[in-house]
Amino acid sequence: MANQKKLMMLSSRGSLDWAYPPFILGSTAAALDMEVHIFFTFYGLTLLLKEIPAKVTPAGNPMMPMKMPFGPKWFQGLNWPIPNIIINNVPLFDNFVTLMMKKTFKNKGVASIPELRDMCVESGVKMIACQMTMDVFGYKKEDFIDGVEFAGAATALEIASESDVQFFI
Amino acid sequence: MEAKEDLDCRGMNCPLPILKTKKAIEKLASGEILKVTATDPGSCNDMDAWSRRTGNPIVDKSEGNGEYVFFIKKG
Repeated sequence: MANQKKLMMLSSRGSLDWAYPPFILGSTAAALDMEVHIFFTFYGLTLLLKEIPAKVTPAGNPMMPMKMPFGPKWFQGLNWPIPNIIINNVPLFDNFVTLMMKKTFKNKGVASIPELRDMCVESGVKMIACQMTMDVFGYKKEDFIDGVEFAGAATALEIASESDVQFFI
Repeated sequence: MEAKEDLDCRGMNCPLPILKTKKAIEKLASGEILKVTATDPGSCNDMDAWSRRTGNPIVDKSEGNGEYVFFIKKG
């Protein structure tokens, strides 16, 4: 297409909440006939691992609503103010919160992160892993899904400079 | 309106209705009509934006009982 728009995103966060924007926008941009490139760096790189480890923690997100994804409607509407002492000290509390968030998203008809990533891959979204971050955190090429390219800052900037839209996530 | 394909996106949330619509329209020939039923209120504006960007016009649109029905003509 002659006037095809190009989107470049730089994904730098690997938690469950921050995993949504690059994959939602990436898959949707592809559906809008845009050419899409996502450059994954720092913790964003974990979103390219075969098994995505993404979790979410209320410790880093003080405004996170704490609601239960089951039970009657009035119960689901309740917000549970959880004291920091529990958030920071109860073992596996992040696992619990992650499970609750995944369940809530599913209940609301939102696709999961692996599903959204598959749709990005399927629709030709180009994924680039930051080589420097790989070296720093000790990842190998075979740790990532197929089709990933490997490059650095200069490549990211070249793609960004040729794009119509650029997002830092 | 007569549609070639009927796509049910009820219960799906952003961005699934758009992604499914894109997939479904690719299977049609130019001029054929796709009917999409959605319950996501955001899909109302999103479908317009998708239609403008991809050149597949929405020829009819209606709303009722919490459902949004779009008839999209493949461009």
